[in-house]
Amino acid sequence: MRNLAVIARRELAAYFGAPLAYVFIVVFLAMSGALTFKVGYLLETGVAELGAFFRFHPWLYLFLMPAIGMRLWAEERKTGTLEFLMTLPVTPVETVIGKFLAAWIFAGVALVLTVPVWITVNWLGDPDNGVIVASYLASWLLAGGFLALSACASAMTGNQVIAFVVGATLCFLAMMSGVDIVRTAFEGWAPGWMIDTVVSLSALNNFETISQGVIDARTLVYFVSLIVLGLVANCAILEFRKP
Amino acid sequence: MEPLIRIDRLTKLFGPIEAVRDVSFSVDRGEVVGLLGPNGAGKSTTLKLLAGYLAPTSGSASVCGHDVVASPLAARRSLGYLPEGAPLYDEMTPSGFLDFVARVRRLDGRARRDAVAAAARRLQLDGVLRQPIGTLSKGFRRRVGLAQAILLDPEVLVLDEPTDGLDPTQKHEVRALLREMAGRKAVIVSTHNLDEVEAVCTRAVVIAAGRVVADGAPAALATRSARHNVICIRVAREHAASAMDAIGTVPGLVAVDRPAATGDDTEIRVMAGGDADLRAPLHRALVDREVAVLEFWREPGRMEDVFRQLTRQVGEVV
Repeated sequence: MRNLAVIARRELAAYFGAPLAYVFIVVFLAMSGALTFKVGYLLETGVAELGAFFRFHPWLYLFLMPAIGMRLWAEERKTGTLEFLMTLPVTPVETVIGKFLAAWIFAGVALVLTVPVWITVNWLGDPDNGVIVASYLASWLLAGGFLALSACASAMTGNQVIAFVVGATLCFLAMMSGVDIVRTAFEGWAPGWMIDTVVSLSALNNFETISQGVIDARTLVYFVSLIVLGLVANCAILEFRKP
Repeated sequence: MEPLIRIDRLTKLFGPIEAVRDVSFSVDRGEVVGLLGPNGAGKSTTLKLLAGYLAPTSGSASVCGHDVVASPLAARRSLGYLPEGAPLYDEMTPSGFLDFVARVRRLDGRARRDAVAAAARRLQLDGVLRQPIGTLSKGFRRRVGLAQAILLDPEVLVLDEPTDGLDPTQKHEVRALLREMAGRKAVIVSTHNLDEVEAVCTRAVVIAAGRVVADGAPAALATRSARHNVICIRVAREHAASAMDAIGTVPGLVAVDRPAATGDDTEIRVMAGGDADLRAPLHRALVDREVAVLEFWREPGRMEDVFRQLTRQVGEVV
């Protein structure tokens, strides 16, 4: 576990040592701000809440998380440092979790930088801060789930562009399983439990559940499972895709 | 006693391609083994298997008694490894990079700083410790890779082409470092450079087409050369005829080349059968005929010839 922290620390330093980190943070803040005020009409609705802010996070994360995650393994594979890393006295599990944690912490930092929006609504009115905290948690958990999938995609290839596209596709699939189009595609022929299962696997539905302030065990289990599943698959891909 | 490195019938297939087939050899403490072979012969694959980056298709390898598949962490802790091409994190500084390796290898506080400083001093990295690795020259990069491998003074060192891309002075320094550490460790160095094998290795293992084709001391391997036991005699041109007469009186020579004139000198090459040392009788015969001998030497045999010979044969078989 000690090595896990050493790996995570190095990865975090690598994020902040490259211009990508700052570009990412600026893009995230600018886009979430633009969507909140220009598309979500946060100010015009006259209601002190951050629904308009959090509503767009899944869509932003759909391509921002693969952008953070794409370099995790693909870059090491391309430059050959993977060989160096995998021959250090570190277990693959420690490396996989360490890298994921670094990416997740990085996403968390970006999220924390949006706190001024939260302060603003508190200054303008009297929002339900419990719901907002739950929404932040939901947003971060969703980011974690998407990052685990993106890390998997990155482990498959030495090409960061492919890692990005595959990662975004995986995130899209995880997100869309609950929307109406998919639901209608299943309705009429599939048994009720199957529809329920597919819908319950939707990252979007689970995200919305928590961000309404309902932190129930099932949604937490969902996100934790999504992350664990991603990391287990990540380990398996690394083992399988040894050159 | 168990050798520090033991490789036993190691085989690695990539699909239908046999990268390494039944490679076996072991390395004891105090040995520096040069792993030789043409490009694509399986040198790097063998080292990757030993370092635990690749899993063998069959066979086994161990480092300090730890099997690299069954107990990979224990094996890697005793092993300093420089992968082919010395891959490094370009955005890190040598100082940060070595610190990272020291942390992963469980060094703390003072001990960690001391180890990093000692390795940096040994490879003369002091001037560039705070510069991003991506901006360093090839020579410095290779030395950062080496510093990382020797950081914890491991018992086993596995270096894949450690002097590739270095200038002659740097090569010399790396060889001096290897010789200095050699007594206490088991070292495997892969290389194309045959001078290096003769300069630092106590043993050479030649691999061709994934198989070991020779294993022995460099000097012993060199005796397999076609030039082994050839005696070269250089005389003034006007003495060539009497030199040939003198040589004709010496029994035991299996071949005498036609004298080759270069400028005012003439070189005559004669070959003795087997390991017979005919230097004394030859010289006496020449002196008896009052031939002025300008130069007189016995060829030790050349690794280069042996290398070509060994690797060509295998190429023909496969």
